[in-house]
Amino acid sequence: MNVNRVAESLLALSQQEELVDLPKNCPLSENEDEGDSDGERKHQKLLEAISSLDGKNRWKLAERSEASLKVSEFNVSSEGSGEKLVLADLLEPVKTSSSLATVKRQLNRVKSKKVVELPLNKEKIEQIHREVAFGKTSRVLSKWDPIVLKNQQAEQLAFPLGKEQPAIAPIEHALSGWKARTPLEQEIFNLLHKNKRPVTDPLLTPMEKASLRAMSLEEAKMHRAELQRARALQSYYEAKARREKKIKSKKYHKVVKKGKARKASKELEQLQKVNPTVALEELEKFENARMMERMSLKHQNSGKWAKSKAIMAKYDLEARQAMQEQLAKNKELTQKLQVASEIEEEKGCTEEVEELLVPHVVNEVQMNVDGPNPWMLRNCTSDIREAATQEDPEQLPEPATHEVSESEGEERPVAEEEILLRDFEERRSLRKRSELNQDAEPAGIQERKDSSSQEVLSELRALSQKLKENHQSRKQKASSEGTVPQVQREEPAPEEEAPLLLQRPERVQTLEELEELGKEDCFQNKELPRPVLEGQQSERTPNNRPDAPKEKKEKEQLIDLQNLLTTQSPSVRSLAVPTTIEELEEDEERDQRQMIKEAFAGDDVIRNFLKEKREAVEASKPKDVDLTLPGWGEWGGVGLKPSTKKRRQFLKAPEGPPRKDKNLPNVIISEKRNIHAAAHQVQVLPYPFTHHRQFERTIQTPVGSTWNTQRAFQKLTTPKVVTKPGHIIKPIKAEDVGHQSSSRSDLSVIQWNPKRITTRHNKELKKNSVG
Amino acid sequence: MQWPPPWRRSPLLSASPPPGPAKEFLRPGRVSEAARLYSHYVTPAEGAREGRWQTRPSLRLASPTNAPQQPPLANVCQQNYGAPQDPVEPAGLRSASHVTGSSLGKAEVSCGSRRRWAELVPESSWSPAVGASKMKVKMLSRNPDNYVRETKLDLQRVPRNYDPTLHPFEVPREYVRALNATKLERVFAKPFLASLDGHRDGVNCLAKHPKNLATVLSGACDGEVRIWNLTQRNCIRTVQAHEGFVRGICTRFCGTSFFTVGDDKTVKQWKMDGPGYGEEEEPLHTILGKTVYTGIDHHWKEAVFATCGQQVDIWDEQRTNPICSMTWGFDSISSVKFNPVETFLLGSCASDRNIVLYDMRQATPLKKVILDMRTNTICWNPMEAFIFTAANEDYNLYTFDMRALDTPVMVHMDHVSAVLDVDYCPTGKEFVSASFDKSIRIFPVDKSRSREVYHTKRMQHVICVKWTSDSKYIMCGSDEMNIRLWKANASEKLGVLTSREKAAKDYNQKLKEKFQHYPHIKRIARHRHLPKSIYSQIQEQRIMKEARRRKEVNRIKHSKPGSVPIVSEKKKHIVAVVK
Repeated sequence: MNVNRVAESLLALSQQEELVDLPKNCPLSENEDEGDSDGERKHQKLLEAISSLDGKNRWKLAERSEASLKVSEFNVSSEGSGEKLVLADLLEPVKTSSSLATVKRQLNRVKSKKVVELPLNKEKIEQIHREVAFGKTSRVLSKWDPIVLKNQQAEQLAFPLGKEQPAIAPIEHALSGWKARTPLEQEIFNLLHKNKRPVTDPLLTPMEKASLRAMSLEEAKMHRAELQRARALQSYYEAKARREKKIKSKKYHKVVKKGKARKASKELEQLQKVNPTVALEELEKFENARMMERMSLKHQNSGKWAKSKAIMAKYDLEARQAMQEQLAKNKELTQKLQVASEIEEEKGCTEEVEELLVPHVVNEVQMNVDGPNPWMLRNCTSDIREAATQEDPEQLPEPATHEVSESEGEERPVAEEEILLRDFEERRSLRKRSELNQDAEPAGIQERKDSSSQEVLSELRALSQKLKENHQSRKQKASSEGTVPQVQREEPAPEEEAPLLLQRPERVQTLEELEELGKEDCFQNKELPRPVLEGQQSERTPNNRPDAPKEKKEKEQLIDLQNLLTTQSPSVRSLAVPTTIEELEEDEERDQRQMIKEAFAGDDVIRNFLKEKREAVEASKPKDVDLTLPGWGEWGGVGLKPSTKKRRQFLKAPEGPPRKDKNLPNVIISEKRNIHAAAHQVQVLPYPFTHHRQFERTIQTPVGSTWNTQRAFQKLTTPKVVTKPGHIIKPIKAEDVGHQSSSRSDLSVIQWNPKRITTRHNKELKKNSVG
Repeated sequence: MQWPPPWRRSPLLSASPPPGPAKEFLRPGRVSEAARLYSHYVTPAEGAREGRWQTRPSLRLASPTNAPQQPPLANVCQQNYGAPQDPVEPAGLRSASHVTGSSLGKAEVSCGSRRRWAELVPESSWSPAVGASKMKVKMLSRNPDNYVRETKLDLQRVPRNYDPTLHPFEVPREYVRALNATKLERVFAKPFLASLDGHRDGVNCLAKHPKNLATVLSGACDGEVRIWNLTQRNCIRTVQAHEGFVRGICTRFCGTSFFTVGDDKTVKQWKMDGPGYGEEEEPLHTILGKTVYTGIDHHWKEAVFATCGQQVDIWDEQRTNPICSMTWGFDSISSVKFNPVETFLLGSCASDRNIVLYDMRQATPLKKVILDMRTNTICWNPMEAFIFTAANEDYNLYTFDMRALDTPVMVHMDHVSAVLDVDYCPTGKEFVSASFDKSIRIFPVDKSRSREVYHTKRMQHVICVKWTSDSKYIMCGSDEMNIRLWKANASEKLGVLTSREKAAKDYNQKLKEKFQHYPHIKRIARHRHLPKSIYSQIQEQRIMKEARRRKEVNRIKHSKPGSVPIVSEKKKHIVAVVK
């Protein structure tokens, strides 16, 4: 105890000493000098007196001087004064004392600031909190939308969902702890090492790696695409070649061959320009071929075949043609090849001649030729043309002239070829169409007629064009073309034309001509091409040719120029016109019949109705079904017939319900709806289907293994939900479906949440504060 | 040239299937002289044809059968026909039809009762190497590679012809199959498996063991908790947990302990395993609360559980005070459920007819929906995080998307009394509901009508129901102290199925599905026997509903167009949604 006392007094003493040491202008806190306040106050006063003696403006301790009843250190009350306290009043004394500048500044700052709004009431705040929280939660939840949708639409869901992937250790791991011990293993490893096969970690050889690096994905894709394209093209070409190879038509091949020859000759020309020595060699080859031909006499009419044909030629058109072709071939082959320059010269000459002979109008026509080819046009729109020709024959001459001018095919050999090819195509397609349309009788017939006439036409055309390849023909044609303007001027009247056309069937004409040609052939074999050509020419321009053979005089009477020109698309005309007339006649007939019918209408209505009803009743009656089983209950075997008794027994139709219109003589009530079947039929379209056909389709595709392969059957019958027996199915987890679940646990979130003090706690707090 | 040549038109005779190549049998009569040179090679059959068989029986003994006679006969044939030399058909030339053994390239050459198999191969299908012969008749040769299995385990190849003309009437046949399948389904529909008895009062709550399929916990109205083994169908442990009702029971996610709440205002945690020998049956923890707790649910991942009573409390297992408690209005909350997918979400239903959702993380309620009548309990869909179903007092169940509470996704109606409990199938495709009308029903999530109803004569008001975690069984606890075990699919065959059984099951299922709209099938599939009380109530309610509907229609008809709003069935039962 004593010791304590002593210590305390000592402490007090030291405190006093400290106080003395303190700087004078420092205000002292009251609590420090509780022990001896009296002495302290005196000491203070003394200090003040000393400071006032100084005379300088020193900081004074302000003293309270309000006359207020209640003095609180927390707030200012103006109860005693009886008037409201205003901030300005408070500030007034501040002005005088500069020591309160800081306070003043603070107050000013407060003044400049806006008033804080009243806080919302608690319900409102909570609602806002809730809404915000709800929004946040829904956002979190909406990440499940795609998964839920996927699961709903999945063909099959296998539960439990989270499949544990069996962890497959890479081979290197397995290999690392293993060494080759037996000689065999060592040998294998030696081999691997020798071939630089990686034994452990990198499973690719250096080569493979390099190759992998060499080609990027895009490059590889591009490369692959290129290859694919090339392959596709190749396959197309192959298919085309195969198709062409299959074509049996000799003519087609001839045309193709000719085209090739022409191409070759062109190339030869070019070669001449570029590399004359090679060209010469080529020419030599040609020459050789010619010599061979001349030596062999292969294509002349001395052969066995040719002789037989010569005999046949009298009667057979084809034989004649074949002979002609062969001779033409011979001529072609034995013809000496001219040097290109010569040809050109010749051409120039002929053109000059042409210019001399041909009047002005022809040139125009030729210019027209460069435009749409009438043959091509016809090919494309033959049907339209048919109609057009019926309507206005005035337009016909022009295409005809086109054709005339077009027939100088030498200048545009390619076009000619095309035409021929197209002709083939057309013919083939027509044949097909006609085959297809055989059901529809009238159309089919017409088409067939069409096609046949066109065939003839095309044959003719081919023939003429072949012939016109000779140079000589050209001059003559030029002369023939001189007639063209006349043709154009003489607009033929359509009424006159039609009957003429009707009278002269196309085929006969050509046949006659050809027959004559054949006769000529028989007489003078060597001059064969010439008469044919003449014949052709005569056909084209019978009137205007001065050197037309006399045999054709009688025909010329028939064929006048106009007709000829108008029948350049002859098949069309000659066929179309009569059919329309027939139709007209039919119409008339029908009209008449109609009239008769109308006149005698209502004659036999009742009987008709009764008949109809009887038919309906008959139709609605169930048909007999043969249910006899041969061999059942009697001897069996091939050729045995079930006995009549048995047949009588089993050949029965089930008795249907009585008809509703049985007693209604004037009514037919349709009873097509089978009530027995209706019990097994769906009445309303079920929900997910939008159209009955959809539903029917699902029903009509069988599911069973009777109709489907095993694999398809399994696929079709997979159940929608598969569960493993005895396995617990856990709720779906974010990790299962590839989402990242929140790393923080819910618990830790709660504990971190500053709003942990909950509404209830708040309430309790409030109660406390109120109480 | 005529084919076949006259000598070959004579019937070919052979009693047995031919042993060798074709030429052997096609020996023409013309070369019989040449053949006579080799007559000791002639087969018995040929001998018989030539009538030499009886006369020279010794020949038979002398004649070797197949192999040695080939070379000379081949020569003979060649001499006459120019047939190929090689006696055996090269394998590469065999066409597919020969291989599969179908009857395409094959012709049966028969004469009288005897017949032989030969193949008539036209020249076109033969290789060009054959050359001169127009038609070749050769023997059927089989390659065992094509039909012999390599090992016993391989499947037998069964050639099938799927030509639709051979299998006509597919729709009617499948229809009949579907009809039969549907009938059989009804025949085999025996869903009731077992009844677990032992409780001495009504079963008030059920809980599944999270790790063990065979273990089930149940709490009764006398405060007793029992743990059952489903495979043995017996009670393995009995605990007197509370005084008064056991209001709620839930297991911890790890399956080591479970929690119960009771009318004695306590929350108790119990060990799942029974006490050791001589130990007292005591809870691990007991929390004494101020108010009665009416429900409990455990968090799906963490050591947190939630109770409900006057407010929803969230507890840390380690503490005796709730870490968070949430209220919205003052009323008794009857059940609280954690969302199994987004585990921080809770749903609760209170007796003031509302369902409130809470967010545990933000410690705030989210939204409240007020229905016509009180909701007894809710259950979250375990596969769809935002879907839950509420079992309502107005006989209906409502499936909600929690983001849009103003319209339920589906209203499920079939019960004829208050629905007391609901539980989802773990696959999330169906749920089961227990009702006061003494039945439980199974609803598909997306259908408004139940697909199944279970009842027995002795089953009283069903208070609680659970769907087992393997989605195969349903348990329900009812008033009359029993827990019943049902199959989830009434006609399902239990146990291991063979692959054929499985295929047949799948096929039948598919057929039923395909033809479900057909009236006969629909009628049979929908047919259920119902106890008279339920049946009559259904009729009664149908009448009431129809009357209400008629009145509604009439009101609309007789009032100014647009003045009476047409409210859909879904919206009809929602009073308000409170934010």
